Amino acid sequence: MIAEIGQLSLALAACLALAAGATGMFSQAPGLRLLRQSTTSMVVGQFVFVSFAFVALVWSFATDDFSVAYVANHSNSLLPLPYKISATWGGHEGSFLLWILIMSGWMLALASRRANYPERFFGRVLGIMSLLNLGFICFSLFTSNPFARMIPMTPADGADLNPLLQDFGLIVHPPLLYAGYVGLAVPFAFAIAAMLERRVDAAWARWSRPWTNIAWAFLTVGVALGSWWAYYELGWGGWWFWDPVENASFMPWLAATALIHSLAVTEKRGTFKSWTLLLAIAGFSLSLIGAFIVRSGVLTSVHAFAVDPERGKFILLFLAFVVGGSLILYGLRAGGQRADVGFKIFSREFFVLTNNVVLVVALAVVMWGTLAPIGYEAISGARISIGKPFFNMFFVPLMLVLGAALGLVPVLNWKRTAWQNIKSAVTLLLPVAVLLASLGFYLTEPKSAAVLAALVVAMWVITTHTVDIWRRSRSGRLPPLAYWGMTLAHLGFAVSVIGIAITSTQSIEEDVRMEPQQVVQLGKAEVRFLGVRTVQGPNYQAQQGIFIVTSASGETFELRPEKRRYLAGGNVMTEAGIQAGFFADTYISLGEPLSDDAWAVRLHYKPLVRWIWFGALMMGFGGGLAVLDKRYRRLRTRHDKPALNATAKQSTA
Amino acid sequence: MNPKRKSRLYLAVFLLIAVSGTTATLMVALEQNINMFYPPEEVVNGTAPLDHIIRAGGMVRDGTVQRDPDSLEVQFTITDYNGSDFVVSYTGILPDLFREGQGILVEGKLHSDGMFLAHEVLAKHDENYMPPELMDLAAEIQERN
Repeated sequence: MIAEIGQLSLALAACLALAAGATGMFSQAPGLRLLRQSTTSMVVGQFVFVSFAFVALVWSFATDDFSVAYVANHSNSLLPLPYKISATWGGHEGSFLLWILIMSGWMLALASRRANYPERFFGRVLGIMSLLNLGFICFSLFTSNPFARMIPMTPADGADLNPLLQDFGLIVHPPLLYAGYVGLAVPFAFAIAAMLERRVDAAWARWSRPWTNIAWAFLTVGVALGSWWAYYELGWGGWWFWDPVENASFMPWLAATALIHSLAVTEKRGTFKSWTLLLAIAGFSLSLIGAFIVRSGVLTSVHAFAVDPERGKFILLFLAFVVGGSLILYGLRAGGQRADVGFKIFSREFFVLTNNVVLVVALAVVMWGTLAPIGYEAISGARISIGKPFFNMFFVPLMLVLGAALGLVPVLNWKRTAWQNIKSAVTLLLPVAVLLASLGFYLTEPKSAAVLAALVVAMWVITTHTVDIWRRSRSGRLPPLAYWGMTLAHLGFAVSVIGIAITSTQSIEEDVRMEPQQVVQLGKAEVRFLGVRTVQGPNYQAQQGIFIVTSASGETFELRPEKRRYLAGGNVMTEAGIQAGFFADTYISLGEPLSDDAWAVRLHYKPLVRWIWFGALMMGFGGGLAVLDKRYRRLRTRHDKPALNATAKQSTA
Repeated sequence: MNPKRKSRLYLAVFLLIAVSGTTATLMVALEQNINMFYPPEEVVNGTAPLDHIIRAGGMVRDGTVQRDPDSLEVQFTITDYNGSDFVVSYTGILPDLFREGQGILVEGKLHSDGMFLAHEVLAKHDENYMPPELMDLAAEIQERN
């Protein structure tokens, strides 16, 4: 019964989405004010009904209603309650319902800020969002209904959730990542509305910016969490695999990163308008392409869901419609946005341009590497895969260029910067950065040019930004939150670069055969294997290895990696034992039992691995901090007055 | 030429060079990092190139997994149950879902004596999942039986 209520709610939400799409898009005539305003209520309605549907599915999981096919396939009565709830988004159908819930949540958030925007423009935004939501809900109802029943073939117990997903990471990673993916629909809707209303101007950019920033922040944290989850849960110590699905989340991130920078120029300088529009379209389109890659089964991946050609077709059609439609509109309306605002090479504009070029090239590389296997198979029928060196070969130099340019940002002004300022920054701060980098480099083993370059670039960014903070706070007036957000994010980038450079070159990895009481050297640390015992978990039985590690500084700790066998599905999973540290992780995982109590064991020493995610968190918080800036709150008073709207419209005409 | 046109020309030339340079590098890099997939039949009949990094895959033949007692070296036979078998040698830890009789992928080099020296072994990620590379093969085997 509950499941049927859920399905009905979802169908009602679809009706509301259709109606809100219609009123939002087609009630522009002055006499239709009431109709226009009803859009907002219907947006609230969509959220309410989608929430009902979502709660109904959570309820079916919590109460072990195995007559619902999706529950039967992804849960089990032995599963602990928190995992039963997070299992709601542990498979294709439920995770897509979460996607729809988050989409409706973004629309609700938009609706709550409606006073900040002109009414007609905002009606279009909500209308576009509603139509997108309609597409998503139809996809759910017609190709992947989470509420479908298995009657009378109801199984006695569920098939269990994939053990890899029975983890804290799964509880938080998808909601945050989806908040980012779907959040990119907001700048997309703003861009389409701006083109329809012919008001691609600085005001549009200012309205878009906080939404884009916050979506980007979610995406950043979501991607970082995914990487962290892969690191500790897949059990083998890797933190990024250039797996197609990781790439699917990374591509919109690269586009969104370019977008937040380009939007800044459009707002402050009134230029880069067409480019910003294109990035806004690209960001959301890449989210959809990501969804297509993950859910249509075209690619080999850890994350791939079960294959169903119907779904692939639906997403491909939807994708063609959204991307094609918005690009046609772009072709028709984006021209003539030329603003003849000149700028010199040493200007913020030019450096944002550099940032955008680097990020878009990076995006092209990732896209090429991800989609080439599909294209190759379609053309020749042969199956190929693209090796990791392909991606690394491009990313190392690209990110170094990006960092080198980023270091100059605090010195730069809009339009042009006095040569004197650049010169003094380079002559004073670059030596400091090089000195700091050399100190770090001295400690590395093995040494490589790439590590030195990465350290110099990271220190360069850190030095210039820190000096800038000191210089500004000395002037007495505290800089605005947007400044702090930007600086934090830039420092985060540097921290991630250090983490990545050091972890990828300085890690120690050993696969060894260990007998009880045997001692193995791991870098400067000693690892003693005591043996393996059997322990009982709530829904699994584990072989638990006990290791005593004595680090270089004489500190001793114990690690207990496990090999778990889950009772419901019989799946075997490796649970690594990790001693996490700010400067290094020690990471042990159990392979398989060999002869006479000996085990195959993988030992890792991973210096600065946490910095990768710590830097990403800094970037995410930076993005969030910038949104809290006063200037975005002032919008309310500025755009309430109809007179001001009228002048704004005139200026764009 | 007026200065505005001149700077525009420079920009166009710069973009052209950047784009073609990137594309050329992409193509070369792709060329070097493509790993082709070969089913057992092509590994055995000599279609698969020697000493190149390639991917191969099939079913692990029952009773062929042999571990070296003193190291992590392991050997097993991959088959398509249709007369094409080859031996894989791998040193390291096998994935959790590696079993006899199951479909797996190996990445590495084929040696001239017919031995496949793998540096990576990939198995299914869960009970329902099959690597797309193996899907055709699995369907074929099912049909024959």
